[in-house]
Formats: sequence, structure tokens, C-alpha cells
Amino acid sequence: MTVEIPDVTKSWPHAISAVTIGATADEGGTRTSTITVGGETTLPFYHFEGDMPHTPAIAMEIWDIEPDDWPDPIREPFAGVSGSPGIWAKACVDEFGTQAICLRLKGCDPNGANRSPEEAAAAAKAVIEAVGVPLIVWGCGNADKDNEVFPVVAEALSGENCLLGTITEDNYKTLTALGTAYGHKLIAESPVDINMAKQINILALDVGFPPENLLIYPSTGALGYGIEYVYSIMERLRIAGLKGDKVVAMPMLCDIGIEVWGAKEARAPESEVPGWGDVLQRGPMWEASTAIVYLLAGADLLIMRHPEAVRMTREMLGRLMGGSE
Amino acid sequence: MILIGERINAGFKDIAAAIREKDPTAVTKWAVAQAEAGADYLDVNIGAASRDPADMAWLVEVVQKAVPTKISVDSTKVDAVEAGLNAIDGRGCLINSTTAEPEKLEKLVPMAVEHNASLLGLAMDEQGSPQNVERRVENAAMIFMAAVEAGLPPERLFLDPILMPIKFMQEQAVNVLDAIEQFTHLSDPPPHISVGLSNIGNKVTERGRVIRTFLVMAMARGLDAAICDACDKELTAAVATAELVLNKEIYSDSYVRAFRMRQGT
Repeated sequence: MTVEIPDVTKSWPHAISAVTIGATADEGGTRTSTITVGGETTLPFYHFEGDMPHTPAIAMEIWDIEPDDWPDPIREPFAGVSGSPGIWAKACVDEFGTQAICLRLKGCDPNGANRSPEEAAAAAKAVIEAVGVPLIVWGCGNADKDNEVFPVVAEALSGENCLLGTITEDNYKTLTALGTAYGHKLIAESPVDINMAKQINILALDVGFPPENLLIYPSTGALGYGIEYVYSIMERLRIAGLKGDKVVAMPMLCDIGIEVWGAKEARAPESEVPGWGDVLQRGPMWEASTAIVYLLAGADLLIMRHPEAVRMTREMLGRLMGGSE
Repeated sequence: MILIGERINAGFKDIAAAIREKDPTAVTKWAVAQAEAGADYLDVNIGAASRDPADMAWLVEVVQKAVPTKISVDSTKVDAVEAGLNAIDGRGCLINSTTAEPEKLEKLVPMAVEHNASLLGLAMDEQGSPQNVERRVENAAMIFMAAVEAGLPPERLFLDPILMPIKFMQEQAVNVLDAIEQFTHLSDPPPHISVGLSNIGNKVTERGRVIRTFLVMAMARGLDAAICDACDKELTAAVATAELVLNKEIYSDSYVRAFRMRQGT
């Protein structure tokens, strides 16, 4: 008896926009490489159905200050380089082959070191001068302070086509103006809320920011910490985008490292949680597992910390994109 | 919801004059206004102002120069439809319209297939407009079968149950609503279902209210297209809201703005 297997492939009427980060000398910047993410015409890794023209990218995260609250498993690989953004970035490129750097301006936090906009710009310049890969700059998260910091940072990085973030309903006006003036792309943030994810995009587009310059950051939860909520939001956003809702047809970004390395499962040494296994293995695996779940949800750009987690994720990504095992 | 902008029609004096004098100004103005308001298709109709198929080609060309929007080539005359299709520059287009009459189907269905066009079929036949649900469904099924047999897939077929003025044929509105629901059972996914929306408000004092309310009720029964005044902001706001209620769009505080942004970019 032959069984007819029905053809379940479908064609979607709309493509996700493709976003390029970084500008080479020809394009008015100084990057030696760029990354392009997005451009899908189908759901993640449905190669039988449509195109996924750009492999999702991974950026390694560094800070403008010494990351004192990072646990040992991720302090160790960066011993001697963390705290100095240029040197740290160069180690990520030279030793771990990262495609992009994400500089988090944690030092600007008014509840922490409260560094000045000029110091933040100096850190960003140090990274730009040290490496040729594209740069993502993530604010400290305090909207008022970010509104002071980004004008100086965005100007210092003028023409480099960086990715800056994040914009929220409260602070999109400053950053959209800076992105337009200095040629940068932006991350639109919402708090695990599909309606607000759509709303922030509408606000940014309504002031004239081009849709092809935006990435969606729907917030990220670590494995075990709400990952399924974010997953379903990302899936729904992607389906809506492919169906033709242009307001949400953008690539999506997940901030993996900061979430995972705050979780007990990644941090706690075996002495505290007997039976959980060696934290030096467990931590990176927790980060890689989280990352892979988000790739399946439709993530196009991941911000990650541990070199081993990056390596594992990259390997899985190669297989998902159709490479040999 | 697929909005087909009705304004470039020689039934309007400015368009009739534009066609007569070959002055593109009014046509361009309405093409831009309807496209900016969010129309998915622009209907172009030379009406009774002209018997010359070349006028249809001219109208199509003027619209194509003004905007990238898809075009609905609207004529009861087969030669005018063909002239319009021949002028299309490769963008999406819709033939508006055939009826269930065999001699029309024989010409217009193959024409749609050949030109990669969609086809709008009015659920009427040689006896004229249907007065009940059954006639509407029979005629729609006739058009549907002719399309499927010729290889025109349901997503390229629009069926119109024939909306009539509520002031003169009040009982027909509810028949149209029932027919819409029955059309949705023709296939899975169903063909598009469209009405000439403004008809229901003909000579009605509270025209806008009647049109909007009917549209929302019809959307709840399965209507997904309308030939209408795309520049009517109350109308498009009602469509945007109905799409939210039907869970076809993701809610956002600025959902009406999002609806109007869906074209372009």
C-alpha cells in the first residue's frame, strides 16, 4: 500500500527584512567585515519551504567596566582582558572568532559607576580601533542616562553602521534621531509583550525611521525562566511578519548571556547543588541550550558570553542550516 | 481585509473629464490619495464615458506611473478588460468582473489565467441580480467551478454576492450576509469574498453609518475584500478594529495607524 504524504509546504506573501550591521571603508566606515541577518521567507530552518538567506549571527558580549558580578565560569575565559574593552574585544575576535562584538555600557549606570558619556564613547572607540568586526552598543538600561550617553556615543561611531539599543516607548525619539543622523541601526525593546513589541515599532516607523533599520528585541528569558512565553511571542511575531504585517516583519535579537548567567542553574557550583554536575560544563551548556531554543523560535542575532557556549551554538547552527554533522 | 479603491471611475465627473481630455491630473491625484490611505488595489473604470478600449489602457498607464499599487481593471466589456490587462506592467492585477454567464466565463477565466491576474466574479447570471441566498450560492459555485477547472486557484478568485441598496431592498442585506458565510465553505482556504460596498448606502441619509456597520457585520461572516472609498478614515478605522476583534491582527495601541502603514514600505 502506498501512503500519499500530503505536501504541507506553503508560500508566505511577505519576507522578513534583512538588516546589515557594520560599514566597510567602501561604505564609509572602517569595518573589515559586516553581518547581515534576516531576509527569511519562511519559518526558522524550513529550508524545504522557503529561503533563509542569512545564517543567524552571534555577537559576544563585553563590558566597559570590569564585570564584577559575573560568576567564575565566565570570568575565567576572559581573565586578564576583561575591564579593558579594546583588549577584551580583540580576544573575542582573535581567540574565539566572534563575528560581532556587543559592548554593554554597564559602567554608565547611575546606580553603579555612573561613568560619563565621554567615557562611554572612549570605550566604544577603543573597541572600534581594536577590531574589524561590527559593533553593537547596548545602553545601561536607565532611559534618562541612555539619552545622555547615546548622543555622544552615536556621534563617535558615526558612519560605522553600528546597532544601538535599546529603544522603548519612553525613549525612542532621541535614538531614532541619532540613528538617522549618524547612520546606525536600532534595537526596539518590549517587555515580553507582543502588543508592545508591535507598538514600539509603530512609534519608530511613525517618526520616519526606516523599517529595514530595526531589529525586534522581545526580551529574553533563560531556559527555565519564562523561555516558553518569549518563544510563543517570537513565533507569533514571525508568522505575522511572513503573512504581511510589515510593522513586525523585522529580524529578532535575543540577549542570551545576561539572562542565563543570572540563573542559578548556570552559576551555582556543584558544592552548593550536589548532583547538578560540574558548573564549568553546566553553565556553558545552559547558555547554549537557551540560545538554540531561541534560534528555533526565529532569533536572527544572539548576544552571548561564554566562548564554549558560542562554539556549541555555532556548531548546531551549522547543522540546522544544512551543513554536515 | 483587501481594500479596492473605487474612486478612479468615470461615474465621477472629474474622472470622466480626465478620460475625455486625456488629462492625468485627477487620476494621479486619486491614485496617490487612495494608495496612501491604504488601498490594496485601485479600481479603474472607464464606465459609460468611453467605448474605446484604448481609454482603459490609458487609465491603467496613468495609475501605474503614479503609484506601485495593484490594479483592478473594471469593465463589463471584455475588449476593454483585455486592453487594460495588456497595459499592466507586471504588477498584480484583478479582472473586475465576470458573471456566472457561460459566455463571460469562457472568455474571462482563461484571460485571468493567461495574464496571471485575479478574477472577481459577480454572483449573477442572465436573469440579473439574485434575490435570495440560493441563487447567489449557485452562481458563485458556477464561477468557482469554472475557475478551478481552468487552473485559477481560490486565492486568485474573488466572489461578490451582489450588495443592493438598503433603502430599496432592505431584505437583501441579510441574504448577502448569509451568502457570504456559505461562500466560505466552497474551499479551504476559501476564495476571497468581496462586495461593492457603497451600493448599500445608495440614497441613504446616514450613508457612512450604514456602510461601516454592514462592513463590520460582513467581515464577521467571512468578507475579506471590498470595493469602497479607501479614503474614508472612519471606514478604514472600522476595518482595522474589526480585524483586531477577529484576531487577524496583533493588537497594538496604535493599531489604526499600523493598519494605514501596511501599504508602502
